[in-house]
Amino acid sequence: MKFFPLIWSALWRKKLRTIFTLLSIVIAFLLFGMLQGVNAAFQRGVDNANVNRLVVTSRISLTEALPISQMQLLESVKGVAAVAHATWFGAYYQDPKNFIFAAPVEIDRYLKVVPEIKSAPEQLDALRHTRDGILVGLVAAKKYGWKIGDRVPLHSTIWTRKSDGQSDWDFQVVGFYDFTGNASQTDGALFNFDYFDEARAFRRGSVGWWVVSLSDPNQSSQVAAAIDKLFENSADETKTQSEKEFAQSFLKQFGDINFIVKAILFAVFFTLLFLTGNTMMQSVRERVPELAVLKTLGYSDTAVLTLVLVESVLLCLLAAAIGLGIAELLFPLLKSVVGEVRLPPSVLLAGGGVALVLAILTGLPPAWRAKRLDIVDALAGR
Amino acid sequence: MSEAIVSLRNVVKRYQRGKQTVEVLHGLNLEIANGEFVALMGPSGSGKTTLLNLIGGLDRATEGEVIVAGERIDQLSSGGLAKWRARHVGFVFQFYNLMPMLTAERNVELPLLLTSLNGAQRKQNVAAALAVVGLADRARHKPSELSGGQAQRVAIARALVADPTLLVCDEPTGDLDRKTADEILHLLQVLNREHGKSIVMVTHDPKAADYASRQMHVDKGALVQAEAA
Repeated sequence: MKFFPLIWSALWRKKLRTIFTLLSIVIAFLLFGMLQGVNAAFQRGVDNANVNRLVVTSRISLTEALPISQMQLLESVKGVAAVAHATWFGAYYQDPKNFIFAAPVEIDRYLKVVPEIKSAPEQLDALRHTRDGILVGLVAAKKYGWKIGDRVPLHSTIWTRKSDGQSDWDFQVVGFYDFTGNASQTDGALFNFDYFDEARAFRRGSVGWWVVSLSDPNQSSQVAAAIDKLFENSADETKTQSEKEFAQSFLKQFGDINFIVKAILFAVFFTLLFLTGNTMMQSVRERVPELAVLKTLGYSDTAVLTLVLVESVLLCLLAAAIGLGIAELLFPLLKSVVGEVRLPPSVLLAGGGVALVLAILTGLPPAWRAKRLDIVDALAGR
Repeated sequence: MSEAIVSLRNVVKRYQRGKQTVEVLHGLNLEIANGEFVALMGPSGSGKTTLLNLIGGLDRATEGEVIVAGERIDQLSSGGLAKWRARHVGFVFQFYNLMPMLTAERNVELPLLLTSLNGAQRKQNVAAALAVVGLADRARHKPSELSGGQAQRVAIARALVADPTLLVCDEPTGDLDRKTADEILHLLQVLNREHGKSIVMVTHDPKAADYASRQMHVDKGALVQAEAA
């Protein structure tokens, strides 16, 4: 600690250069925080997937519908505890950027398979008895300020109504739901499949995908194989995956987010490595006589190496802390995209680790040079 | 004569410059008594700074023995030599060599950071050293805010602060006007006479050498003459 003023003052010897270097590292870590935060939030959705559930989709594509007649056959498969279904509605509220994950379901079946969904019994009852009723997730309700009794128009990007050929669907808010362990799952809405099926203009009697709960999670792969075997060579062949695999393949529709994030960050940090390394090297080059004086005063080679290295660590950690701090402050703005309000601690921890590695990689060459400095040559300006 | 603070026996120093080996000191013998103020004089390239570097433990002899403050410093490791310098030698350079971004008091404190003194003790010692050189009121000033003479006084305070056995000065007045140079040399004389510091000073200036208690002349890598002032 007693060396701190010496290190700190050396760091700010050329203020403007240090500020620019600091800013570039801050920006890099801001980017790191935001991108890794998004990545982690998506990954968390995958990790939170229930091991006790399978998702059955059309073998051709996720967008291909499956006939509702498959339900009884699915229920007959050994190891299947319950079966529910959902359909992609492609909804938004007022503006396309207000995307909302609204899905028509048979609520009692759905609750049996997805018990994490929690709602007041009277609100569930209201849904059962209100044809155009809709149960809204807490996040969505808060976002749009919806209250029980509100009439809510949702525009579907897929489904038109047979009565008027329009894509605007009118719902009545009858209640709200929470999702145990993952609040981001409540940025959506559930409504009655019967109302939807009767009113839609096409593909009646079909569902988007099946959600199957298992009697024994250890039998997951056997049950999945049995389901796919059941529909093999039929007009509607299936692809059965664990909920985790399904979540992953769903995310991959947007591209391999993990790879994209890592590729961007690699490019950023690779550039930063040279930028910061060059700055540190230049800084040490300019201070050769001063470092030689320190050695003259009795500072050992190792002490001088440590001073330069700590300077680099201080710069990188300070900049990383500022960058990640700003990312932490800005991250809630992405809530509508990722459903998370806090930057995951794992991202902050990883950021600290990356900063330390960056500091050592950029600080070690100049520190080594400082260590090997010959006092006589350095003082003579050779 | 009292006990020797510096004793060099048959010291040879050779440098490798590219493919060429240059012998700068040729079997030099030298004794400096404790409490002496010695001026090393000689033309450029005579080897006086090399000799000073060997005495101060900044460089190593190629051959021979270098005993300073009772220790064979030519046999010390690099780390051992650094520790020895911190304990026994204070350095004063021609161009002051202060850290430009540190205040005078922080500059003076630098040698004390290597000791086990706590913050309060360091502060006390720094204040005392600055008072000795007459710069107590400039403690918070940076080198750029000081005159050449003041900067050299700060450098002398830095050399003194850890209470070294020996002060090694390389052209300490080479960058100063006559009047300021005399003030600095007088200060060194006071440190020698009143505080008992042994001083070895390299200088080109005969007037500066007059402040020393003994003058030595180095020419072509050998001592050619030694005389009392």
